[in-house]
Amino acid sequence: MSCVTPLRLHKGLEGQGPRAAPIAHTLSEAFPNHPADASAVGFALSRLPRGTAPVLWVQDRLSRKEAGRPALAGMRADRPVIMVGLSRAVDVLWAMEDGLRCRSLGAVIGEIWGDPPCLDFTATKRLALRAEAGDVPCWLIRRAASPDLSAARERWRVASIPSAPHPHDPQAPGAPRWALDLFRARHTRPGQWVASYDRATDRVDLAAPVRDRAVDARDGTAGERTAG
Amino acid sequence: MRVMERQGNAPPDNIPVVLAREGQHGPVIHAANRTARLEGITPGSRVVDMRAICPELQVAYADEAGDRAALDRLVLWARRWCPWTVRDGNDGLILDTTGADHLWGGEAAMLVEMETQLSLLGLTARLAVAPTWGAAWALARFGPVRAICGADEIYFKLGALPVAGLRLDAPTLLLLRRLGLKTIGAVMDVPRLSLTRRFVKAGVQANPLIRLDQLMGKLAEPVSSVDAKPVIRAQARLAEPVFDPTPYLPELCDDLCDQLKQTGQGCRRLHLTVYRTDGDVSHVDVATSAPTRDPAHLHGLFRDKLERINPGFGFDLITLAAGALEEMQDRQTRLEGGADDDLRLTQLIDRLSAKFGPCAVTRPILRQSHLPERAEAQIAALANAPGEGTVLIKERPLRLLDHPEEVRVLYAVPEGPPAQFVWRRQTHRVARYAGPERIAPEWWKDRPGTRLRDYFKVENQTGLRLWLYREGLHEDGRGGDPRWFVHGFFA
Repeated sequence: MSCVTPLRLHKGLEGQGPRAAPIAHTLSEAFPNHPADASAVGFALSRLPRGTAPVLWVQDRLSRKEAGRPALAGMRADRPVIMVGLSRAVDVLWAMEDGLRCRSLGAVIGEIWGDPPCLDFTATKRLALRAEAGDVPCWLIRRAASPDLSAARERWRVASIPSAPHPHDPQAPGAPRWALDLFRARHTRPGQWVASYDRATDRVDLAAPVRDRAVDARDGTAGERTAG
Repeated sequence: MRVMERQGNAPPDNIPVVLAREGQHGPVIHAANRTARLEGITPGSRVVDMRAICPELQVAYADEAGDRAALDRLVLWARRWCPWTVRDGNDGLILDTTGADHLWGGEAAMLVEMETQLSLLGLTARLAVAPTWGAAWALARFGPVRAICGADEIYFKLGALPVAGLRLDAPTLLLLRRLGLKTIGAVMDVPRLSLTRRFVKAGVQANPLIRLDQLMGKLAEPVSSVDAKPVIRAQARLAEPVFDPTPYLPELCDDLCDQLKQTGQGCRRLHLTVYRTDGDVSHVDVATSAPTRDPAHLHGLFRDKLERINPGFGFDLITLAAGALEEMQDRQTRLEGGADDDLRLTQLIDRLSAKFGPCAVTRPILRQSHLPERAEAQIAALANAPGEGTVLIKERPLRLLDHPEEVRVLYAVPEGPPAQFVWRRQTHRVARYAGPERIAPEWWKDRPGTRLRDYFKVENQTGLRLWLYREGLHEDGRGGDPRWFVHGFFA
């Protein structure tokens, strides 16, 4: 929870209370484990600061074909989305970097498919520096990609896991749950969480994953199995 | 003076042609040519009635806005005769020729010159010179050809004209006709006191006394002339032909923006024209989404476009013209004098549109439709959204596929989604589902035979949440067995 709360504050109010000024918005990467998994997008959207500033959303062609386009009806409709549909990853990076110069944007979200050669350490470093200079949150959603060298300040692996029980219908999926793995972070400690997302309040609750007890040498022996 | 009709490629004169406009009960006649008027067709009557009178009538729709714009241009064109010109209603021009007629050899010669020049433009004109606006209006429409009226002749020259020459509205004209006042002279002869008493509360359009005073010159009606908008253009004349306009562009942009700043305007379009030495001309146009006069921004919009110019043997003249001018004021949005955020956003969209084309940069908005693919429309990024407030009740997926992908059902169950299906070469086992949500086709838009859809939110064994739909029902008479599609993904 601690890593989510500071980003929730309104931009203009940051650093004014007794709480220490949080870090500036920066570049984060999210790697969904399945190309069609929308959990990374949902997680990125839930991490954006609230407000009605428009979001610049840049997609390359393959991401759009394989994972669809962001549907306004499924998002919180109060923030306008400016969609930029491009065909090459170079253009996506160019448009994102250009968008990060504009401080009136609420966020810049880019989707790049695979590991194009132009998306190297230098490119991500440029994005990260631009995002920090403009204090605009920037998310790079990389599908079918390997998490190689990158300058992103936070790198997440996001996967959907079976959702919470529906309060009224036992056979229906309830609130979505995601397995989050922050495997590299500059400002916070890496860790793993299970997040459950409440759509009505646009709120993510993080919990440490409940691990099974390590398998003991005596577990699963024939005697106990018959006894149970 | 009156513009009767503009003749581009006019139809032959022996065919009755009318222009129509939309009236309260269907189209009405806007204007008619001479043959049609001889057939008894009067402007203002309904087209269907006139078709009954004249079956061979040809009807075209009038372009009223275009006519008005053409007349506005003609106002400026008429400045060749006198400096004060103004548009009069939808079909006339008023020229204040005081002190200008002797340059053309007197009033009569000036009228002949005007009629000649206008007929060279293809316009039929009826001209009159009179001391007041009202008198000129009446004489041009109801008086003799090229009538000239001196300052002391108004009573005699206009007395015989019909009362319609007083620029009154139709109910007042009808009232005057019922009172037996058929000519302007008859209205003039009525005692002033009775006219005042009768029309004490009427406005200008409905008050014969005010109109009469304007016509006689007792009430002033000045001509307030419009100003011609200056053409804002910067140009660079080069001593010898060059092949690359890039070095000259920053200076041109600076020059143009200085001119824009002096007039307090911003431009939405820029036209760069290069004139080649072999006589050919190339254009490059860029557009912005908000009026701007920032030279660095305008220069940046041309970044990748100049390569498309074919220089040929080089060019020696470059012009940069500003189009679609709009009023623009420098605004300070923040108290501490910070930058204008909206402006930055419009400039960003301009840069993206200039580089990737305007189709690549869009803004989705919600529309009122239950079908998911029609519930969203793409509009230009800075256009105003039409105010269709849509309230979403049902849960919708975060991502939608442009084209739904068909799945192969492995294990169907009688109701609910299939227990197992293959999608993208992977077998998905449905662990939990919610639905169905039935969305019927929109019969007023869809082709007949479009099948309804039952949408299910489906979660597979690993937690992937899909939006699955079945197209059609068993034995609904609209094709074979229903098919299943993946349409979107939930978070």
